Amino acid sequence: MKNEWPLWEVFIRGQHGMSHRHVGSLHAPDAEMAIKNARDVYTRRNEGVSIWVVEAKHIAASSPSDKGPLYEPSESKVYRHPTFFDIPEEVGAM
Amino acid sequence: MYAQMIKSAGTGVKSPEEMTPEERRFQAHVDANEKVEPKDWMPDDYRATLIRQIGQHAQSEIDGQLPEGNWITRAPTLERKAILLAKVQDEAGHGLYLYCAAETLGISRDELTEDLLSGKMKYSSIFNYPTLNWADIGAVGWLVDGAAIMNQVPLQRTSYGPYSRAMIRICKEESFHQRQGYDIMMKMAQGTEAQKRMAQDALNRLWFPSLMMFGPSDKESVHSAQSMAWKIKINTNDELRQKFVDQTVPQAEYLGLTVPDETLKWNEERGHYDFAEPDWKEFFDVLKGNGPCNTDRLTARQEAWKEGKWVRDAMMAHARKKAAAKVAAE
Amino acid sequence: MSGQVQSGDAALFEFLCRLGDNTLVLGHRVSEWCGHAPVLEEDIALANTALDLIGQTQLWLGLAGEVEGKGRDADALAFLRDVWDFRSVLLTEVPNGDFGRTLMRQFLFDAWHSIYLGRLLKSSDKRVADIAEKASKEVAYHLERSADTVVALGDGTEESHQRMQAALAYLWPYVGEMFEGDAVDAAMVEAGVAPDPASLRAEYDALVGRVLADATLEMPEGRFAHKGGRDGRMHTEHLGHILTQMQWLQRAYPGASW
Repeated sequence: MKNEWPLWEVFIRGQHGMSHRHVGSLHAPDAEMAIKNARDVYTRRNEGVSIWVVEAKHIAASSPSDKGPLYEPSESKVYRHPTFFDIPEEVGAM
Repeated sequence: MYAQMIKSAGTGVKSPEEMTPEERRFQAHVDANEKVEPKDWMPDDYRATLIRQIGQHAQSEIDGQLPEGNWITRAPTLERKAILLAKVQDEAGHGLYLYCAAETLGISRDELTEDLLSGKMKYSSIFNYPTLNWADIGAVGWLVDGAAIMNQVPLQRTSYGPYSRAMIRICKEESFHQRQGYDIMMKMAQGTEAQKRMAQDALNRLWFPSLMMFGPSDKESVHSAQSMAWKIKINTNDELRQKFVDQTVPQAEYLGLTVPDETLKWNEERGHYDFAEPDWKEFFDVLKGNGPCNTDRLTARQEAWKEGKWVRDAMMAHARKKAAAKVAAE
Repeated sequence: MSGQVQSGDAALFEFLCRLGDNTLVLGHRVSEWCGHAPVLEEDIALANTALDLIGQTQLWLGLAGEVEGKGRDADALAFLRDVWDFRSVLLTEVPNGDFGRTLMRQFLFDAWHSIYLGRLLKSSDKRVADIAEKASKEVAYHLERSADTVVALGDGTEESHQRMQAALAYLWPYVGEMFEGDAVDAAMVEAGVAPDPASLRAEYDALVGRVLADATLEMPEGRFAHKGGRDGRMHTEHLGHILTQMQWLQRAYPGASW
């Protein structure tokens, strides 16, 4: 039987209240060991306060060929960005 | 440079007319400095070459543990022992990041490992040289990591996303490696007569092998031209070697050590040092397996893999039993 | 009386050397794995354990040198004492064996270490309590990891089960020494610095018993204990070999600065 440990993706939340971020991958026999291995591999320099792991095969990803239809439509919605609007200086901070 | 003599798959750079429409789109994407991601379409040769290159890079990090690990139990102070252990541990981490990057290309870590152990996949020639005195640990950090950084910094911009991200992480961690090496060299060079002798001896033995790390001149190589077009190689070997020499010679002078090259001379006109080429026959001998430590290094890795099998199997078996028990309980 | 103060300091010095020599020798043993572990993730994890142990050594032996007051620092104590002045328990000295035996030794030590450090948190000597505070967090993780690995390897396959049972049989006679007490311990108990080692045995047996049961391993019945390390009376032959490596540079080039 093939006994290679499955691949896990590792997400770590850093010190400053940011969201968990993907930092890399590793191998482990199960989720508990994956968390421990992530602690040993990816937080050696005090990088994190919280770890998520998910087995790589369970990640669903968008398809690269959909790049156009998925992301280009938002390019024209410039009014969603605050810089679209000119507010006179006298109005103050907004 | 941890990747040496990587032969690109295929027959060299194609002209736009020779390319398929998919290849043309791919090349335009790379030319625009955009990243290639695992699920994107890529030429088979690009994939195969990357697997070779990242694989060799990963194996070098793993094998690189051995010459330095050779001194962990003999480090002269508790602090030096901790620093060295942390450094060698980082190399294992770098190997791990790179394996994971290679795995996104559709090859498993076990397959890569088997290729290393069978001798099919090479690793950098430098790790087939011995570390004989404590100053070697300084010289490895200063010269070998110095040469590696020279190659890895530009590779942060490489076209393949997972490789580029691994290199960014590695470079961030690597920055302490060269400094700790130079720090050891300073202590030795300013130390007792015996320590100075160790420092000079280490430089004598490791200078030319360090220059070999960049590989032979590849100005004429079709493989390098293809790799550069794909942006999985950023500079020529000669460029990097020159940069390394220019940077390192003043550092050796600061230490009061003599670079073992009588022809070494500053060339005002070129704005660079002139220096002697390493013995390329020796280099090819080492690649063929005839370096001073090839057999020992490979045997050490083979034994670790073989003797670790029962552990890997048992931990997987336990995880399966646990998962089955959980399902049964639900 | 000044004589009593001195003997108190002498006992404290001895006590601190015991803690520091345990972590020094075990850290050395664990570091021998670097580059040779069954899988990269384990290689990295073992190095973290060794790094913690070396760090703890610097603290315990640093304080020992301070208490002694003869100008010896942690390095002088680690690199310039001979075997008879070491105070490590024999368990830390035995060779690594296979990965299973290394992890079993780690677990048997971690279990004791975590319980012992837990008591030191309440030490009357603030310097001791402070080091214990830092070390106990590191050791809590060591214990979690080594216990999990012992369980996985004990339960995993027939081969791994046999290897772990054999490792346990080899190592068990070295467990008892950790619970021995002598005049040094009595002085530490009296001063409120440290607990009586014997008082920790029941908690230890319960902890180890739970993990071994999960690992489907049988706890050996024998209570025979090899000893002589923590009082320096009779170390293993292995310690001398460890020191020939560890101390080589300091011994061969005395007075050099590294």
